[in-house]
Amino acid sequence: MSYLELQNLTKHFTKRDGWLGSGTTTVKAVDDVSLKIEKGEILGLVGESGCGKSTLSRLVMQLLMPTSGSVVLEGERLADLPPHEIRKRRRDFQMIFQDPYASLNPRMTIFSTLAEAILTRRTLLQSDRDGLEEAVSELMERVGLDGRYIRKYPHEFSGGQRQRIAIARALGPEPKLILADEPVSALDVSIQSQILNLLRQLRDELELTMIFISHDLSVVRYIADRIAVMDQGKIVEVGEADAVFDSPQSEVTEILLSAIPQIR
Amino acid sequence: MALLEVNDLKTWFHTRDGVVKAVDGVSFDVEAGETVGIVGESGSGKSVTCYSLLQLIPRPPGRIEGGSAKFGDLDLLSLREDEIRKVRGKRIGLIFQDPMTSLNPYLKISTQLIEPLLIHEGISKAEALDRAVAELAAVGIPDPKKRIHSYPHEFSGGMRQRVMIAMALITRPEILIADEPTTALDVTIQRQVLDLIKARQEELGTAVIFITHDLAVVSEVCDKVNVMYAGRFVERADVKTLFSNPRHAYTRALQRSIPALQAKGEKLYTIPGLPPNLAHEIPGCAFAPRCPVAGIDHAASRPSLKELESGHWVQDCPACLIQK
Repeated sequence: MSYLELQNLTKHFTKRDGWLGSGTTTVKAVDDVSLKIEKGEILGLVGESGCGKSTLSRLVMQLLMPTSGSVVLEGERLADLPPHEIRKRRRDFQMIFQDPYASLNPRMTIFSTLAEAILTRRTLLQSDRDGLEEAVSELMERVGLDGRYIRKYPHEFSGGQRQRIAIARALGPEPKLILADEPVSALDVSIQSQILNLLRQLRDELELTMIFISHDLSVVRYIADRIAVMDQGKIVEVGEADAVFDSPQSEVTEILLSAIPQIR
Repeated sequence: MALLEVNDLKTWFHTRDGVVKAVDGVSFDVEAGETVGIVGESGSGKSVTCYSLLQLIPRPPGRIEGGSAKFGDLDLLSLREDEIRKVRGKRIGLIFQDPMTSLNPYLKISTQLIEPLLIHEGISKAEALDRAVAELAAVGIPDPKKRIHSYPHEFSGGMRQRVMIAMALITRPEILIADEPTTALDVTIQRQVLDLIKARQEELGTAVIFITHDLAVVSEVCDKVNVMYAGRFVERADVKTLFSNPRHAYTRALQRSIPALQAKGEKLYTIPGLPPNLAHEIPGCAFAPRCPVAGIDHAASRPSLKELESGHWVQDCPACLIQK
């Protein structure tokens, strides 16, 4: 049994248009996608803007309900669960977003941001201030942040450090699945490597399963075990990272590969 | 004589935490028609360098402390506001990183595109509109006659950046400053925008100053490259030399840290430490705390550039110049 299975997942958006909204057009954002992801695996999901990567990730995160098809996590169809059970399960899958400037609350210190995340799982720490503080420090250390900065606000950190905070927050609820949506594309090239190293190291230490979304195949090749290429809502190619990179089977993959700037 | 000669430019910010020497003695030339790259990490001073040239630094807290920028018979740094306005957007164009925040969301593309023409060339609105439509066609916007009356949000990110390029080039500037023009874009769109900038540059003979943190992009578009670190240039060379024979430790470290060039499975190389805080006085070589070369002393005073061979300049710090 795979850890996460997407079965014929489909999401259509309908838009009213025409005279007084009399007509409708349907956008097939995600169109019959089936994928299996094993425990501890990093799956790279690549494609151009608008190919449906983000819609697919929202379906996996249960932030959108599919038009048809289902998400199966450890053998359980998430759509069959009652809403309060889904809320509970949500601790098991966490997201890291592209822009750490926009995804951290500027009015919360690192302590309160991370404490909130930790308390979703370890509720007993609510009344144990020292224990909570220790848990936050541990988490900061895990992502390579100095514990001295625990009372600082997001604006006092650089872009790379902020992305570390965002990663720490995702790890707070002790998830099993991490969905990283373009986690390095807003960062300097020199910082990208640091964050990629960190994500790999965390996967090894915590046995995380990860879906890594990016438009940059060179980054995905480095971090992912397997790569799935998306185009117009469909998965057009899946394979071992090096195989996809070295002998692309679809036109979209070739376009993505040829677009990577080369050092001449 | 070069088209633009920047000499010992210093732009400092006077803040409550002290004087931040964002740009601290930078010199470079731009010849007509060529592309000069400025590459460095966030906060190295590359954008401040270019904004200083157009007097776009917020003053206070910023202040241009010294230097000159000879552009023809003008010194850009000492022009009055009404004089620099005749250069800015007319003889020197600008493209910014994020086309969503640099276009006015309330105004149609047409209004924004013809504005520089109305201001700088004093032609009629109808004439300006014709030129704007032609310019949109030249940057590859399909159906420009209709699209020119759209608002920015009706365009995709890549199309918006095309509109920005059209806007910057519509007055036929001699220099185009492109500040991270593709950083916010997908790789495939990035490729299109880079190709477009190159194509327009060749057609119009515009010189380009290209600012980026991405060495791979630099290697594709630039003729000459300046590597910036902590407010100064550490190395300057033509693009071939810089990539085949990088001499400064920082340039080499930057090249090594590109994820695409590293072997899978191994830990990615990263430059240890962080760039220095520019609010503090840097006594010697600014790269010393992060330099992977051990056992040799770095320059004790801030090293100046020396010419190793024709056109290849490197900061003269004994440790950073070690080949390893």
